[in-house]
Amino acid sequence: MSNLNSLQYFIPELFLIVAILVIIVVDLFLKKNKKIVSAYLAALTLVVTIFLAYQQYGYSPALLFKGMIVLDSFAIFFKIITALSTLIVIFISLPSFRTKAEYYVLLLIVTLGMFLMVEVNNLLMIIISMEMVGLISYVLVGFNKHDLKSSEASLKFMLYGATSTAVMAFGFSYIYGISGHLNLDVIQQSLIINQPQALPLFVAFMMVLAGLGYKIAMVPFHFWVPDVYEGAPTPITAFLSVGPKAAGLALLIRFLITLVAHPSAGNAANFIQNVSIHAPLLLAALAVATMTLGNLSALMQKNIKRMLGYSAIAHVGYMLMALVVFNNQGIIAVMFYIVVYLFMNFGAFCVVESLTDKLGSEKISAYTGLGYRAPFTAIAMAIFMFSLTGLPPFAGFIGKLYLFAAVINQSWYILALIGLLNSVISLYYYATVVKVMFLNRQENAPPLRVALYNKLLIGALLIPTLVLGLYWSPVINFTSRSIGFLFGK
Amino acid sequence: MGLISLTTFFPVLGIVIILFISKKNLLAIKMVSIVFSFVPLVIASYMWLHYKYPMTGIDLESQFQFVEHFAWIPAFHIDYFVGLDGLSFPMFWLTTLLSFISLVASWNISKAQKGYFALFLLLETSMLGVFVSLDFFLFYVFWELMLLPMYFLIGIWGGPRREYAAIKFFLYTLAGSVLMLLVMLALYFNVKDPVTGSHTFNMLHMMHKSNQSAWLTTFDVRLWLYIALFIGFAIKVPIFPFHTWLPDAHVEAPTAVSVILAGILLKMGTYGLLRISYPIFPDIAKYTSYALAIFGVINILYGAFVAMAQKDLKKMVAYSSVSHMGFVLLGMAVFTTAGINGAVFQMFSHGLITAMLFLLVGVIYDRAHHREIAGFGGLGVRMPVYMGIASLAFFAAMGLPGMTGFIAEVMVFIGAFSVYRVLTIIAAFGIVITAAYMLWTMQRVFLGKLNPKYEHITDINGRELFTLIPLGALTIFFGIYPLPVLNMIKVPLNYLITLIH
Repeated sequence: MSNLNSLQYFIPELFLIVAILVIIVVDLFLKKNKKIVSAYLAALTLVVTIFLAYQQYGYSPALLFKGMIVLDSFAIFFKIITALSTLIVIFISLPSFRTKAEYYVLLLIVTLGMFLMVEVNNLLMIIISMEMVGLISYVLVGFNKHDLKSSEASLKFMLYGATSTAVMAFGFSYIYGISGHLNLDVIQQSLIINQPQALPLFVAFMMVLAGLGYKIAMVPFHFWVPDVYEGAPTPITAFLSVGPKAAGLALLIRFLITLVAHPSAGNAANFIQNVSIHAPLLLAALAVATMTLGNLSALMQKNIKRMLGYSAIAHVGYMLMALVVFNNQGIIAVMFYIVVYLFMNFGAFCVVESLTDKLGSEKISAYTGLGYRAPFTAIAMAIFMFSLTGLPPFAGFIGKLYLFAAVINQSWYILALIGLLNSVISLYYYATVVKVMFLNRQENAPPLRVALYNKLLIGALLIPTLVLGLYWSPVINFTSRSIGFLFGK
Repeated sequence: MGLISLTTFFPVLGIVIILFISKKNLLAIKMVSIVFSFVPLVIASYMWLHYKYPMTGIDLESQFQFVEHFAWIPAFHIDYFVGLDGLSFPMFWLTTLLSFISLVASWNISKAQKGYFALFLLLETSMLGVFVSLDFFLFYVFWELMLLPMYFLIGIWGGPRREYAAIKFFLYTLAGSVLMLLVMLALYFNVKDPVTGSHTFNMLHMMHKSNQSAWLTTFDVRLWLYIALFIGFAIKVPIFPFHTWLPDAHVEAPTAVSVILAGILLKMGTYGLLRISYPIFPDIAKYTSYALAIFGVINILYGAFVAMAQKDLKKMVAYSSVSHMGFVLLGMAVFTTAGINGAVFQMFSHGLITAMLFLLVGVIYDRAHHREIAGFGGLGVRMPVYMGIASLAFFAAMGLPGMTGFIAEVMVFIGAFSVYRVLTIIAAFGIVITAAYMLWTMQRVFLGKLNPKYEHITDINGRELFTLIPLGALTIFFGIYPLPVLNMIKVPLNYLITLIH
C-alpha cells in the first residue's frame, strides 16, 4: 500500500503523535502546581488510543507504507496490551510524579515505539522501533537524576542496550547479505527459493536473538535486569517488566513466524529443522535456562524489587517455553499469559509503590507483620504472589495452565516437567513475602495507612486477578480472535 | 443449585458473613463459623438418608448420585461436574463432621480469630470440593485450594517451628500436585469425549479405554503417567519415603488443624488413587500392586516403630497415622473384596479415631502446656473422665474388637492374606507394635505415681466432651454395626475390582 493510502490505517499512531505534541505545548502554559493536568491528558490520550486501536479489528490484514509495517489482529492485540500497560503505569505514577509533565510525555513516546515494535515488517524498522523504546527507557530509568542508584541503572541499561542492538544490527546485515531484502516476508521467500547455507543463517539468527533476548530479559542477556529494576523508579520498573517485554515478545514471535515459519509447508517446525537452525530445541534450552536461573536467583534476594525483577525473568522463561511448539496454541497461550501477567505483576508493583514511602525501605524484611498493619494491602499482595506462583484459583494458574497445555500437547514432556518444577521453586520466594507479612508479627507496630487512591488501584488490579482465575472465557476468546497473522500460518 | 453445591459452598457464605463482623465480636465470629459448618453436616446427613445403596458409581455418570453437571469453560472443555458414589460419600460425610467438631474445638484460639475461622471454613469448602469433583480440572483446583488455608493455619496459629512446618508442607504438596497437573494435561489431550469428540477433563470419560488415544494405551506411557500421579498422591498419604513433612506439620499445627490434617487430608491421597489412578490405569494398578503392598507394609511397621520411639505425644499420634494409613495401602493393593472394602473402611474409621487422639492431645496440652510423654504420670487419678475417653480412643487405635479399627484391620488382613501371605504376616506384627506403644504411652501418662506438678489439674470440660463423645460413640456404633458404611462402599468397590481384574 502506498504511503498516502496507508495513513488511514495508521490512525492510532497518528493520534498518539499529535497528542504527544499537544501535551508538550500545553505543558508550557501550565502553572507549576497545575502540571498534573498533563498526566491526565496523557491518560486520556491512551484511553482514546486503545479505543482507536480496537476499532482496527474490523480491517483485513494489510501491509502499510510499502511493506514497512503490517496491520493484523496480532499487532492490534499487542497495541492494546502495551497501551494498557502504559495507562496503568500512569495511574501508578500519579501520586509520586506530580510536577514532571515530561515524564508522561516520555511514556507516551515509548508507547508509540512499542506500537511500531509490534507491527514491524522490516529489518530497519525493527532497529528504529526498538531504539525508540530503548532510548526513552534509559531516560525514564534515570529519571530521578539525583538518585545515584537510578543513574547507575540508567547507564548500565544503556551500555547493555547499545551492545545488544549493535549485535542484532550486525545479524541483520548477515540476513540482508544472504537474502538481499529488508522486508521480512520477502526475505522469507528469498530464503525458501535460494536455500542458503545453514551456518551464516544460524549465526545471524543467534545475533538477532541476542538483541531481542535483551529486550525481553532472556538468559543469558538478562544481566541488566536486577540493577535496573532496583535502581529505576518503581512505576518504571513495573513498566519495564510488562510493556516493553510484551512488545519484545510480540516482535520475537513475529520474527520467528514470518521469517522462519513456512506458510505453505504446513508444519513450521519442519522448515526450521531443514535449514539447521534447530530453533525449537534452541528456544527450549533458552527457556529452561531463563526460568531456572531467574527462579534460583530470586530465591536469594532481600530487596523486593530485585526479587520481582528475577521473577520477571522466570516468567519470560515460561512464555518462551510455550513458543517452542511453534503453533497457534502456543502463541495464544503466550498472549493469554501476558494479559494475566499484566494484572498480577502490576498489582505486585503497585503494592510495592504504595508501601515504599511508608516503610522507608524496599527490603522484604520491612514487610514484617504487614498483614496486621495494613490488612487489605497485605492480602492483595499475598494474592498477587500466589497468582505469580501459579496457584489456583488465581489468574496466574490459568495462564500457566495454557502454557503447559501447549507444551504437553506437542509431547514436550521433559520441558513441561522442568517448567512445573520451576513453579515449585518459585513458590518458596513468593511465599517468603507472604510469610513475613502474615506469619511474622511486629509487636506494637501501629497500623499503616495506605492512601485510598492506592487501595482503589490495587483493588482494580486485584479483581481481574481473581476473576480470571475462575472465569476466563472472554479473554481466551479475545486472544484466539487476535491470532491472525498477515504472514505466517 | 443441588445439595452437593449447597453443602460444599455453604461455608463460603459463612466466610462472607465473618468478614463483615467486627474482629472484637469474638462470640459472633465463633458462632457463625460453627453454625455454617453445622448446616453442611445436617445436609450431608440428610443426603445419607436418601442415599441409594445399589448404585455403582466409579465410571458411569448415571450411576452417580446428586449429580450436577454443566459447562464452565466451554473453550477448554472444563465442566462443573460433581457427584457422589459409595467411595466418596463416607469421606464427604466425615469431612462435614470433622470440620464441625474441629471448629468447636477451636474455641480457645487466642489470636487473629477472624482470619482463623474464615480460613477454616475455606478449608472445609476445598476439602468437600475434592471429594465431590468428577471433573479432573475441578478436582485439581480444589486440591490446590486446600493448600492456601492450610499454609496459613499452620503458619500463623501453629507452634514454635510453625514457619518451617508450613512451608515444608506447602512445598512438598505442591511438588506432588504439579506432577498431577502434568498427568492431567496429558490425559486431557489424549482422551476424547465420546459424544462431542473433543478433548475432555471429565474423569469418567478418561476411565473408558475406548476414549483413550493410541498413545495413551501404550504400556510405558501408562506406567510413567501412573507413577507421576502416584507420587502426587503418595506425598499426601504420606507413603514412606515422602512422609517427612507430616510429623513437622502435625506437631506444629494447632489441635483442630491436626484433626483435619490426619482425619481428612491424608485420606485424600488414597482417595485419589482409588478415584483416579485405579479406574484410569487399572492394568498398571495391577502391575504395580506388589510394590504398593510393600509400601503399605513399610508404612505399617516403620510408622509403628517410629511412633514407639517418640517422646512427644503428638508426634507419636502423627506417626501412628503413618502406620494406620499403611493398612489402607495394603488393603488397596490386593484387589480382593475384603481387602479393598477394608481399606476404605479403614479410611473412614481412622478419620474418627485419629481425630479423637489429636483432640485428646489438645486437651492435655491446653492444661499442661507441654506434650512430653515422660513429663506426665498418674493423671488418671485427677482426670478420670479424660482417662476413660482416652482409653477408648487408644483401644480403638489398637484395633480392639467392638470398635471400627478392628473391623477395618481384620478385613484388610483377610483380604491380603490370600494374596500376599508373607507380607500379611509381617504386617500383622504392626498390630503388636501398635498395641505396645499405645499401652506403654497410656501407662506413662495415666498410671503410676501422680506427678506433683499436676496435683490441681482439672478434668475434661463440657465443650471438650462435646467434641469427643460423638466421635467415641460413632467409633463404637460403627464398630458394632458397620453395615451403613460397608453397604455403601461395597457396591462401587466390588465394581472397581472387576474393572481391574
